[in-house]
Amino acid sequence: MKYSLAKLVAQTLGGHRGWTRAWRDPEPKPHYDVVIIGGGGHGLATAFYLARVHGVRNVAVLEKGYIGGGNAGRNTTIVRSNYLLEGNEPFYEFSLKLWEGLERELNFNVMMSQRGVINLFHSDAQRDAFVRRGNAMLMHGADAVLLDREQLRAMVPGIDFDNARFPVRGALMQPRGGTARHDAVVWGYARGADARGVDIIQNCEVTGIRVEDGAVTGVDTGRGFIGAGKVGMAVAGHSSRVAAMAGLRLPVESHLLQAFVTEGLKPLVDRVVTFGAGHFYISQSDKGGLVLGGDLDGYNSYAQRGNLPMVEHVMECGMAMMPMLGRLRILRHWGGVMDMSMDGSPIIDKTPVRNLFLNTGWCYGGFKATPASGWCFAHTIARGEPHALNAAYRLDRFLSGRVIDERGGGPRPNVH
Amino acid sequence: MRIHCPCCGARPVDEFTYLGDATPQRPAADAGLSAWHDYVYQRDNPRGPHHEYWQHAGGCRAWLVVHRDTATHEILEVTAAREWRARQA
Amino acid sequence: MSGQRFRTAEGGLVDRGRTLSFRFDDVEYTGHPGDTLASALIASGVHLVGRSFKYHRPRGIFTAGPEEPNALVELRGGARREPNTRATVVELYDGLEASSQNRWPSLHFDLMAINGVLSPFLPAGFYYKTFMWPSRFWEKVYEPAIRRAAGLGRASGLPDPDHYQRETLHCDVLVVGAGPAGLVAALAAARGGARVVLAEQDHRVGGGLLRDSRRIGELDGPGWADDMARRYLGCEAATLLTRTTVFGYYDHNTLAAVERVGDHLPEPPAHAPRQRLWRIHAHRVILATGAIERPLVFGDNDRPGIMLASAARAYATRYAARPGNVAVVFTNNDSVYHGLADLAAAGVTVRAVVDSRREPNPAAATRAEAVGARLLRGAVIRRVHGRLRVAGVTVDAGGVQARIDCDLVCVSGGWNPDVALHSQTGVRPVWDAAIAAFVPGRPRQAECSVGAAAGTFDTAAALGAANAAGAEAARACGFEATGDAPAWDPGTVSPYSIEPLWRVNGHGKALVDLQNDVADSDIDLSAREGYRSVEHLKRYTTLGMATDQGKLSNVNGLGILATALEAPVEAVGTTTFRPPVAPVAMGLLAGNARGRHFQPTRYTPMHDWHARHGAVFVEAGQWLRPRYYPRAGEDMHAASVRETLAVRNGVGLCDVSTLGKIDVQGADAGEFLDRLYCNGFKSLPVGKARYGLMLREDGMVLDDGTTSRLGDDHYFVTTTTGEAAAVMAHVEYYQQAVWPDLDVQAVSVTEQWAGIAIAGPDSRRVLQKLVNGLDLSNEAFPFLAVAEFEFGAVPARLFRISFSGELAYELNVPAGYGESAWEALMEAGAEFGITPYGTEALGVMRIEKGHVAGPEINGQTTAADLGLGRMMSTKKDFVGRVLAGREALVDGARPALVGVRCVKPGERLYAGAHLVADGAAVAAANDLGHVTSVTYSPMLDNWIALALVSGGRERLGQRLRAVNPLQGHEVEVDVVSPHFFDPDNERLHA
Repeated sequence: MKYSLAKLVAQTLGGHRGWTRAWRDPEPKPHYDVVIIGGGGHGLATAFYLARVHGVRNVAVLEKGYIGGGNAGRNTTIVRSNYLLEGNEPFYEFSLKLWEGLERELNFNVMMSQRGVINLFHSDAQRDAFVRRGNAMLMHGADAVLLDREQLRAMVPGIDFDNARFPVRGALMQPRGGTARHDAVVWGYARGADARGVDIIQNCEVTGIRVEDGAVTGVDTGRGFIGAGKVGMAVAGHSSRVAAMAGLRLPVESHLLQAFVTEGLKPLVDRVVTFGAGHFYISQSDKGGLVLGGDLDGYNSYAQRGNLPMVEHVMECGMAMMPMLGRLRILRHWGGVMDMSMDGSPIIDKTPVRNLFLNTGWCYGGFKATPASGWCFAHTIARGEPHALNAAYRLDRFLSGRVIDERGGGPRPNVH
Repeated sequence: MRIHCPCCGARPVDEFTYLGDATPQRPAADAGLSAWHDYVYQRDNPRGPHHEYWQHAGGCRAWLVVHRDTATHEILEVTAAREWRARQA
Repeated sequence: MSGQRFRTAEGGLVDRGRTLSFRFDDVEYTGHPGDTLASALIASGVHLVGRSFKYHRPRGIFTAGPEEPNALVELRGGARREPNTRATVVELYDGLEASSQNRWPSLHFDLMAINGVLSPFLPAGFYYKTFMWPSRFWEKVYEPAIRRAAGLGRASGLPDPDHYQRETLHCDVLVVGAGPAGLVAALAAARGGARVVLAEQDHRVGGGLLRDSRRIGELDGPGWADDMARRYLGCEAATLLTRTTVFGYYDHNTLAAVERVGDHLPEPPAHAPRQRLWRIHAHRVILATGAIERPLVFGDNDRPGIMLASAARAYATRYAARPGNVAVVFTNNDSVYHGLADLAAAGVTVRAVVDSRREPNPAAATRAEAVGARLLRGAVIRRVHGRLRVAGVTVDAGGVQARIDCDLVCVSGGWNPDVALHSQTGVRPVWDAAIAAFVPGRPRQAECSVGAAAGTFDTAAALGAANAAGAEAARACGFEATGDAPAWDPGTVSPYSIEPLWRVNGHGKALVDLQNDVADSDIDLSAREGYRSVEHLKRYTTLGMATDQGKLSNVNGLGILATALEAPVEAVGTTTFRPPVAPVAMGLLAGNARGRHFQPTRYTPMHDWHARHGAVFVEAGQWLRPRYYPRAGEDMHAASVRETLAVRNGVGLCDVSTLGKIDVQGADAGEFLDRLYCNGFKSLPVGKARYGLMLREDGMVLDDGTTSRLGDDHYFVTTTTGEAAAVMAHVEYYQQAVWPDLDVQAVSVTEQWAGIAIAGPDSRRVLQKLVNGLDLSNEAFPFLAVAEFEFGAVPARLFRISFSGELAYELNVPAGYGESAWEALMEAGAEFGITPYGTEALGVMRIEKGHVAGPEINGQTTAADLGLGRMMSTKKDFVGRVLAGREALVDGARPALVGVRCVKPGERLYAGAHLVADGAAVAAANDLGHVTSVTYSPMLDNWIALALVSGGRERLGQRLRAVNPLQGHEVEVDVVSPHFFDPDNERLHA
C-alpha cells in the first residue's frame, strides 16, 4: 500500500479501516538465501538493500523481540557525517546522502530534519582539531562551517558565554546534519523490505549458529532450525554473544549509554548542539521534548539501565552549557547497550567462518550509519566482499594496525 | 552502584574508574603478535559474571578486581588486584 | 476578584483564617493555606484550565496528585517560569501567578482546536504517511508548523536564578510514602533504633487518609497519621522528609529523591536551595507508594468536570472545595462507594452511580441510597454533553438510554499499585487478575512493597504486612524489632472487587492517554497496521509518553490492545518503567556544578603573583595557567613576542607547576621504569635527568616527560600537564596489577612541588645568586644535571632541562614556598631584565625547537611518527613494544613529523590546514597530512608550523600547499626540518 495524502484522505472517509499491515507476520520458512540476525535498523536496512539493490529477496530478518527494540529505538536520533579519518568520512557522507533521499526511497516519512549539528569548542587546541576535521569533511565533499562566538550567539540562544568555567570560543557546524525519527526508520525499512518479499520474523531468538566444514548452514532459533545460504549478524549490544555461537571472539565490549528526554516544550533549541568541555549534546524533537545525552556509564553492562553519577554528570554539562535548562524537567531517562569497539569504529566484514558476515562495533554512532551500514552490509553479503566504502571496517585491522581511531583513545572501548 | 573497596569500605561508584576485563594475562615478551593482539583487543564480553579492573581513583588509589554481573550489576566479590594476581599465579 | 463560591463552609485541611490571593490567566482569585493551585481554582469554580497536546481539546483538572495529565500550567514568571507544572501539586502561596499553556489566543477560544475538527484525518502515525512532498518542504514548512503546534509550555529561555543542593544520606531503612502502611512500616523499623528515613512527597503525612473522612477510633484520618508520625519521630534515629519525592531506584539500593525546599514559597528563602537532591544509600527499602486510580475510556471522557473519583473526594474533603454541584459517578469497582458520603457532605448532589457491573457489592446500594443517588447496575456512559464543561451524560443501563444532567462526573476504572520504583530495579511487574492490575514481582534488590503498592487494598491487612516488613527490615540491619501493628478500625469495610471495563463504545473520542490525545481507535489502528508489540503501540500512538508517563493510561491501553489481539493482558505485558517517577528539574541533578563551578579550578602556588601582575590566564584542563603578561597596549601576539625575545636574549621565568610529578621509589624502581618507558632508565646515573617516552600497549605514544634519578632506589618522573592523571593511573596499574612482584612504590607529588622554569642565556647568572654555593658552571652542572640543595632554607631540586631550547633550569620547591621562590628569582633577575612568560611564549619556543606536544601526541601517533623512533630500545622489553611493530605502524607512508614554513615571509599559516602537493586539487584523494601546531617565530620572522605529513622527512625540501577551505585560506609552504631554531642545540649546552 503506497502512502500519500490522497490515501490518507480516502482512508479517513473510510474510518481508517482499510489500512493494511505495514509488514506481514510470516511463519519462518525452512531455508532462506540470507538470514539476517537482528531486526534493528541495520538489519532491516540490510534486508531492504539486499532485495532492492542486489535482487536477493529470499531473505529473513530474525528478531528476538520486536523490531527496533534495541538501540534503534533508544538512541537520540542524530544524523551527521562530521568525521575526520579517511576510513570513516566517505562512509558517513554516503550515509547522509542516503538519509537525504530516504523518504522517497521508503515512501515513509522518517522526519529527516537537517537542522544543523553544532560542536562547540572551548580552547585553541580544540579549535585546531575542529579545523582539521572541518577541512577533512570539505575535502571529502561534505559540508562544514566554522562559527565564531558572535555567529554562534545569534544561532543558538541560551549558551553560557559570560560565566562559563570553560568559555565557548566558537563552533564547528555541519548544516546538513540534524535528526530523524528513529522508530520511523525501523518501520520504513521493515515495510520496504517486506514489500520486496523479505520475511520479518519477530519473537524469534537465535540460540545457535550451525557451522559445517567451516561454512555456516543456518541458525537454531526459538522457533526451530532455519537453514541459510548466508548469515549476517547485526545485533548491536549483543554481538559478542551471537558471534560466540559461531566460535568467534570479537574486539568489542558491551557498554551502557544513558539518554534523556524532557517534558514537551514549545520550540527552544533549534539545532543539535554538543558541548566541548564535557560529554553532552542536546536537540529538540518535533514533539517538543529536549533530547539529551552524554558519556557512557563506563563499565561493561548488558543491563539497559544506568546509574545516578552519570545522570548527574550529564546534567552538570547541560547546565554549564545552557543554564536556562535548570527549571526544565527530565521526563524519562533510559539506557542502551553499545557495542564498543576497540578503536571506536565499526566492523562490516566477512568472518573466518565462510558465508557468515558481521556488522558490529557501532559504539554510540550507529543510528546515523543505518542506511549506509545496511547498504554496505548488503553489498558485502551479496558479493562476498566489502564495498570500497566499508573496506576499512575490517575485522582484522587490529592485527595489522590499520585502526580507525578518531579520538586517539587507544584500545579502551569506554573512552571512545 | 557501590563497590566495597578492601581498604576503604563501601564507596559510591563515582569514586572509581574502570579499565576492563581482568582475565587476559599479559603475554610474555616473545609470545608473538597474535597473542599480543588477543590480549589487547579481543574480549569475551560475557553477559553475566565478569572479572574486571577498577581503580579507587578518588580514594586509596588501589587497583581492584571486581567480580560483577554485567546483566544485573550485582557485585559478587572485590579483591585487591595485587592479591588477585597472586591468586592467579 | 472571584469569590470562593465552591468553598465548603467547614472541614478540610485548609486554613480559612488566612486568605491568599493568586492569579491564573491574569484573573485574580483567592484561596487558603493548605490549598493546591488546583483546589483553589476548583473552590473558585474554575474547571477549564488547559488544552490537550494534539487536538487542543479543552481540559479540566483530572486528578489531585502528581499523575495529573491535564492541568499543566506555566507557574511563576520571568526567569523562574516553570512550564508544564501540575496545578494539582503546586502548594498555593500568596501572590502566585500561573497561566494556561498550549493555546492561542486564549484558553476559551483556541484556534488550534481546529485540529480537533480535523482529527479524523490525523489518526495515530498519520505523519509517517504524509508531509513527504515536496521533500524540501519538510524543514521549511511542515516541520516548523508541527513544532509550533506541538510542545506544551514555554521555557523562560533565561538562566535559572535559583540554586540546588546535592546531599548524600545513609540509612538502614528507607520507607517511601507516608500513608498508613508507610507510617506503620517506618515506626516498626525505627522502634529498635535503626536509622530510618521516611520520605513523603506531600507536605504532610497521611496519604490516602487525607481524603478520607472516616474516623479511626478517637481520631480522624489526618489525626491518626499525625499521631503515628509523632510516635515515629520519637524513635532515636528516625528522619521524616516531607515534600520529598523518591524518583529513582538505582543499583545497590541507591535511590534518588528530590526535596522541594522552596517550591511552596514565592522564591526560595535566602541561603536555601530551591530543591535538594538526596542520594540515599539504604540497606533496606520499603515501598509504600500507594495506588493510582485508573480512568475509564468512553466518548469525550476528557471534558472539564470529569475527574477521578478519588480526586473529587480529595477536593471535597481535604481541600474543602466542592468539585461540582451535581455529580454522576461511573465505576467498575467498589472503591467509589465510601466516598459518596464525602461528596454529599461537601454539598454535591450525587444523582447516580453508574456501575458497569451487574452485581456490585451489596453495600453499594446502601451507600448510594444513603446519599440519594440512583445505583444503575450493568450501566455505562454512552455520551457526554457539554464542551468547555460537562453538562450531562447519556447513560445506557441495560439498553435503556437516558440523559442525566450534571456538572461533575467522577470516574474510577480501578486502581493500579504504584510499582514504578520497584520496576525501575529491572523487575517486570506481574498481573493480578483479582484486582485487574499489575503488582510487584520478585524483588531483585533489598526491597519490598507494602500496602496498596503491593496490591493490598484492605487497610487492616496492609498495616499488618507493613508492621512485619518494617520489623523484618530492622532485623536485617541488626536491630531488635518487636511490637504489633496499631489497631485499625475505621468502621465497616467492604472488600474490593472489580470487573475490568477497558472501553465503552459510544459517541465522541474515547481517550486513553488524555494529554497526548490517544484514543481507543488509535490503538485499534495500531493493531490493524501491525504495530502490535506493546512498545510499538507506545511508539506509534505515543500512548504513555505524556508527562504522566502512562500512570493513568497504560493499563487501559494494554487492556484495549489485549482485546484487539484476543490475548490476555499479561501476555501483552508492560512497557519498561524508567526513572524519574515524576519529572525532575535538570538544575536539581546538576546541583551547584554550573557556571564557574562546573568543575574545580586548580591554581598553581604562584597564581596570586600572576594575577597581581596582570597575567591573562588560560585553561589547561582544570588548571589555570598564565597565558601571557600584557604590558600597556600589548595584545597577545605582541606580549608573547616580547616574552619570547626576553627569554632568547636574556632570561625569563615560567610557572611549570602544572606538570605531573610522580615519585617512584624501591629496589626495582629502575626496572619498573625500564618496562614502562620505551627508552631505558636503569642505566641513568644518580643526579641525572633523561627525556622519556611512554607508549600505550597498542604501540602509540601515551606521554613524554623528563625523569630524574635522585638516588639508587629513587626516581622522579614528570608528565605533561594534560596527561598527568592518566599517566599516574597507568603507572599504578602496572605497579599493582601487572608486576606486583616488583619492589616499587609510586605516588603523585604534583601538588607538593611548585615548578619554575628559568630560561635564557642569563639564567645561570640569576640562579647562581640563590643556590647557596651550588656550582652551576657548565662543567659542574651540565645539561641534564640534577641536584637536591637548599634554596634559601628550603629543600629544593634543580634540573638542568630545557623546553625552550635555551640554557635553562627547572627549580622545584615545596608548593608553599612557590610564590616566595618566584619573587626571589624576580628580584635576583631584575638586573638582567628577567621577564615572566606564559604558555604562548612557551608554545612559540617549543615549535621553534620542534618539540612535540598535545597536538602531535594525539593518541594516533607512534614514536617513529614523531621522529622519536630511535628512542625505542632494542635491548629490553617495554609496554607497547610488540604492537608498535605491526605492519601498518611501521609503514613508511604514515604521516610523520616535519616542519613547514611559509614560502613568502609574512603569509600566515593555520593549524588544522591540510597539505596537498603543489598543483593538486583540494580533495581527500590528495590529502598528505595536516598542520598540527602553528606560530609566528620572532627569531625567523616567519610563520612556521609542525605538521604530520605522509612520508615525513622524505619530503624535506618539497613545496606543498597548506589548504584550509574551512577558513577560506591557502598558502604555499616548504617542508623543512622541525628543528627551526638552533638545530645543533648549542644554546642548550652553553
